Amino acid sequence: MASLNPINYGTPRRESDTQITLEIDGQSVTVPEGTSVMRAAIESGIDVPKLCASDMLEPFGSCRLCLVEIEGRKGYPASCTTQVSEGMQVSTRTDKLDQLRRGVVELYLSDHPGESLTPDGHGDDELLELAEKLDVTQVRYGKGRNHQIAAVDDSNPYFDFDASRCIVCSRCVRACNETQGTFALTVDGRGFASMISAGTDDDNFLDSECVSCGACVQACPTEALIEKDVVEKGMPERSVTTTCAYCGVGCSFNAELKGDEVIRMVPTKEGKANQGHSCVKGRFAWGYTNHPDRITKPMVRDKITDPWREVSWDEAIRFSVDKINAIRDEHGSGALGAITSSRCTNEETFLVQKLARAVFNTNNVDTCARVCHSPTGYGLNSTFGTSAGTQDFVSVEQCDVILVIGANPTDAHPVFGSQMKRRLRQGARLIVVDPRAIDLVRSPHVEADYHLQLRPGTNVALVNAMAHTVLSEGLENRAFVEERCDLDEYDGWRDFILREENSPENTEQYTGVPAAMVREAARLYATGGNGAIYYGLGVTEHSQGSTMVMGMANIAMATGNIGRPGMGVNPLRGQNNVQGSCDMGSFPHELPGYRHVSDKSVRDIFEKEWGVTIGEEPGLRIPNMIDAATAGTFKGLYVQGEDILQSDPNIKHIAAGLAAMDCVIIQDIFLNETASYAHVFLPGSTFLEKDGTFTNAERRINRVRKIQTAPAGYADWEITQMLAQALGYNMNYSHPSEIMDEIARTTPTFKGVSFDKIDALGSVQWPCNDEHPEGTPVMHVDNFVRGKGKFMLTPFVPTEERANRKFPLLLTTGRILSQYNVGAQTRRTANRLWHAEDWLEVHPSDAEVRGIKDGTLVAVASRMGETTLRAKVSERMTPGVVYTTFHFPETAANVVTTEFSDWATECPEYKVTAVEVRPCNTMSEWQRRYIDTREKQQQIAGDQSVRDPESVAAGFDAGDKEWEPAE
Amino acid sequence: MDSDKMVRQANQIAQYFSAYPQARAEEGVRGHIRKFWEPRMRAQLIEYHEGGGEGLHPLVSTAVAAIKAETRESA
Repeated sequence: MASLNPINYGTPRRESDTQITLEIDGQSVTVPEGTSVMRAAIESGIDVPKLCASDMLEPFGSCRLCLVEIEGRKGYPASCTTQVSEGMQVSTRTDKLDQLRRGVVELYLSDHPGESLTPDGHGDDELLELAEKLDVTQVRYGKGRNHQIAAVDDSNPYFDFDASRCIVCSRCVRACNETQGTFALTVDGRGFASMISAGTDDDNFLDSECVSCGACVQACPTEALIEKDVVEKGMPERSVTTTCAYCGVGCSFNAELKGDEVIRMVPTKEGKANQGHSCVKGRFAWGYTNHPDRITKPMVRDKITDPWREVSWDEAIRFSVDKINAIRDEHGSGALGAITSSRCTNEETFLVQKLARAVFNTNNVDTCARVCHSPTGYGLNSTFGTSAGTQDFVSVEQCDVILVIGANPTDAHPVFGSQMKRRLRQGARLIVVDPRAIDLVRSPHVEADYHLQLRPGTNVALVNAMAHTVLSEGLENRAFVEERCDLDEYDGWRDFILREENSPENTEQYTGVPAAMVREAARLYATGGNGAIYYGLGVTEHSQGSTMVMGMANIAMATGNIGRPGMGVNPLRGQNNVQGSCDMGSFPHELPGYRHVSDKSVRDIFEKEWGVTIGEEPGLRIPNMIDAATAGTFKGLYVQGEDILQSDPNIKHIAAGLAAMDCVIIQDIFLNETASYAHVFLPGSTFLEKDGTFTNAERRINRVRKIQTAPAGYADWEITQMLAQALGYNMNYSHPSEIMDEIARTTPTFKGVSFDKIDALGSVQWPCNDEHPEGTPVMHVDNFVRGKGKFMLTPFVPTEERANRKFPLLLTTGRILSQYNVGAQTRRTANRLWHAEDWLEVHPSDAEVRGIKDGTLVAVASRMGETTLRAKVSERMTPGVVYTTFHFPETAANVVTTEFSDWATECPEYKVTAVEVRPCNTMSEWQRRYIDTREKQQQIAGDQSVRDPESVAAGFDAGDKEWEPAE
Repeated sequence: MDSDKMVRQANQIAQYFSAYPQARAEEGVRGHIRKFWEPRMRAQLIEYHEGGGEGLHPLVSTAVAAIKAETRESA
C-alpha cells in the first residue's frame, strides 16, 4: 500500500541522547544514534528505493533495493539494516547502485503479473512504481519457472491474497508479528517454494488465526494483499483524517476516497492513540454507513402499535414539540428526560444535556456510561479527584508489570491490546484477574505470570487481599504515601486492610484463588518496577463496581504506582466516546466537567451562558426514568444514539417503562430495538457524516471530520438544535467548533481546547488549560487533582445474586473481537462471517453433566427470564461459570440479567447472574413473543419490512423446528 | 420504584459506609442519597420510612431523618 500514505521512512524512529552527524550524497545530516542510514536519508529528503522496509517494522534487509555505498566499506550494504555512525559518508545514487537495483527489480518482475490489479497506473503496487522510477521496461527472464498460476485466496470478506504478486518480502509476516502480535502468517517452504501462508497448509485467511486487522494489507508493497474494494472500485484519490467510531481506543484513520465515495480506511501513522494500527472493525467494518437498513426519512406515529408514517422534518419536529409541550403542561418538566450517546460527538452530547437542562428544564439526563463506566467516575473521583484514566496509551511501553483486571483488550480494545502484547514480548510481566482465560493468559509469545481466575462477584475480596499482602509484608511505598496522600485516610485504610478478614488466606473461600498465588501476584505488582492497572467492565459492572475501582486506586497509591509513565489506573472505555459523554455533563447530578449541580458557582456559569435557571437537584438516572415511567410520573424521553432495550438489564422492565411513556423520541441511524417503543424516529448520522470530536479512554480529544452527508440530510447536533429551536430556545450554532468554544468557555479542564488547536496538534488530552496548554498525557504527576490522594475503605459485600441448587451456574457477559456492543453496526457488515450469533461458553465438566456438546442449542434460565442460544464447550471457563456476548437482539441476553446494581451508581451487575443451562430445541417464549412484537412495532406504512432479513433470521425463523446453524 | 428495590439500594449504600466510624458512616449515607437520588426517590424513601421503614438499615433510617430535617429547613 503506497499511494496515499505519508512518507515511509523505512525503519522506525529511534530515541537517543546522542546525536550522530554523517554525510549522505554530500549533504550533512544529524540524527539520533541507532537510526538507520535509510531513515537518515529519507528524513533529509533523499529518496531510497525499498520494498521490504517499513517505518512501522524493524529492519529486515531482504529486498536488496536499498543498497548504498559507504566510503571505506566493502560492497553495497543495505541502508535499512545499517546504522549511522559519526562521520560516515554515504552515496545513495550512483550508476552502479542504479544498475544493481534495476537488476533486482527485473528479477522481481520476472515472477509478477507486471500490471496493477487496478486500472490506475501502478495502482497500489510499489514494485511497479519502482520499476517506473528506475526505468525498468523489459524483463529478460520471462520464461523461467514462476508462480503466476497461483490461486487467489479470496476467502476473507475484505481483502484478497494473490500469491502471483507476492515477492516474499515478509512485510506482511512482520506486520502480523510486530504490529498486531497474532503470529498468524509465516513464510512456508524454502527457496522457490517459499510462500506466504496463513496458518497451516489447509487454512485460508478466513479459517486461519488471522484476526483481519489488515496490518498485512497495509504493509504489502505489491498488491499481493489488497482490499477487495480497491480492486473493485479503483485507487482512492484523496484522504480525510478522522476518528474511528467503535471502541474507546479512538484510532485515527485516513478515510481514502475516490470522488466522494470512501474506498478504504487506513490507520494514520501519526495517530497518537493507534500509531498506524487498526482492528477489523475500524479498518473494514464501516459498510454499515451505507446499509439499506439506514432510515432516511423522519417518522412518527400516535401509538407504538401503529405502523410508522414517513413525514417531513418540519412535521416530525412539530409532532415532537407538541408531545413534549403537552407532557410538560400536564406533568411538569420532571416528566421529561434525555439520554445522550457515547457514540455521538462531544458537541452533540453537550447539546443533548443542554437541551434537557436549558430547554426541558430538568436534570433528567443520563448516558450509556450508566451501564458501563459510571463506577469509574465515582471511584476515581473519590480517590484521585477526577473521573479519568491516568495515562496515555503509549505509557504501556514503560510498564514493567501489567495488571489486567476484568478486561479483554485483544477482543474489546484490540489496537491497545496489540500495544500491550508488544510490551509483554519485550519482557514486561503480566497478571490477569478474570474468571475466564482470555487470550492474554496464553497466546503466541505472551503468557501471564499469574492468572487469578476468581469467581464472578469477588473482585473486592481479591483486591483487598492484594492490598493486605502489600501492607502486611511491608511492600508499600511509604515515601510516596507520606508525600502525596492524606495520611489520616491512609491510616484508617491501613487498619481496615490489615484485618484478618482481608488476608488472602481468608478471602480464598470467596474468590477461589489460592492465597499463595494472590500473595505472589501482589508482591510482583508492588515490587516489579512500574506497575500499571488496566481494567474494564469486569470491574465496574458489579454490585461493588465503585468499591473495586477505589480498591485499585488504593493499591496504586500504596505502592506509588501513579503519577509517572508506565503506571497508573486505566479504565478501558467500551465505546468511542464514553469518556467524552461523561465529560460533557451527561450524568443527572453533574454539569460538564464533573461538577455537581448543587454547586451554585457552577450553575451560575451555565445560567449566564445559557440564559436560563438550572435545577440544583440531581435528576433521574436511566433505571430511575424507567421506574418513574412505570409509576406514571415520567412521560417523555429523547434518546440520541442509544438502544436501552437491548443494552440495559431486565429487558422486560425496560419495555414496560418505555410502553408507559407518552412520547419516546429515538434519534438513530437504524430502527433499533428501543425504536419499537418510540413515537418519533429522527434519522441521525454516522461518524462519516458529521464534524466534531471524540474523546478516547486516554482523555485524548480527536477530530471527527465530515466526509459525506447523512442520507436524511442532518448531523445529529443539527437535529437537536432544530428541536431546541422549535421548543422556543435560541440555539444557533453554525458549526460544531462553536459548540466546543462554548464548552471551553464553561469548563475549566477544556479551557484551552479548540478545533484550531486540535487541528494544529493532531489531538489534545484534557486537562488542556493555561497550565497545560498542549494537554496532559499523564495525570496526577505532582499532586492529585483533589490535592492529597484519598484512600477509601473497601469492605467486601458479596452480591445478593447467588448460585443455588436451582440456578447453580454464574453467567457473565462480554464482547468478541468482530462484533461491537449491541451489534447494530457490525451485524450489518461482513463481520458476521466470524460471529453470526451469540454463543454460550460452558466448561467441559459443566457441559458433560448436562448433556451439552459443542453447538447444542441450550436454554439459559435465571430468576428473571430465559433465552435460547447455542453452546460452545470451552476450557476458557472455570467450572461453574458460563459466558456469553450480547451482540444479537434475537438472543436477548439481557432477558436473564438481573436488576442488581452498583451501590453507588446503579451500574447494572451484568457480570453475575445465577443461571441453569439445559439442552433445548426451540427459542424461549420471550424470544418468540419479542420477535413477533418487534416486527409489528417496526413496520413502516407502505413497506413490507425495513429490516435486513438476515438480521431477523439468524436461525430464529425455525419456529418449533430444530434450529439450523446460522452459518 | 418498587419498594423492595429501593430498600435494597439504600441498604447497599449503608453497607458500604458501615465500614467507617459511626458519625462518618451516617454522614456518608446521608450525603450519598442527597447527592445522587432525585427528589422523587428521596420522597419515596422518606414516605417508606414514615410508614415503618421495614427492612431499612439503621444507617439509612438515620440518614432519612437527617434528610427530612433538611427538607423541612429548606421549605
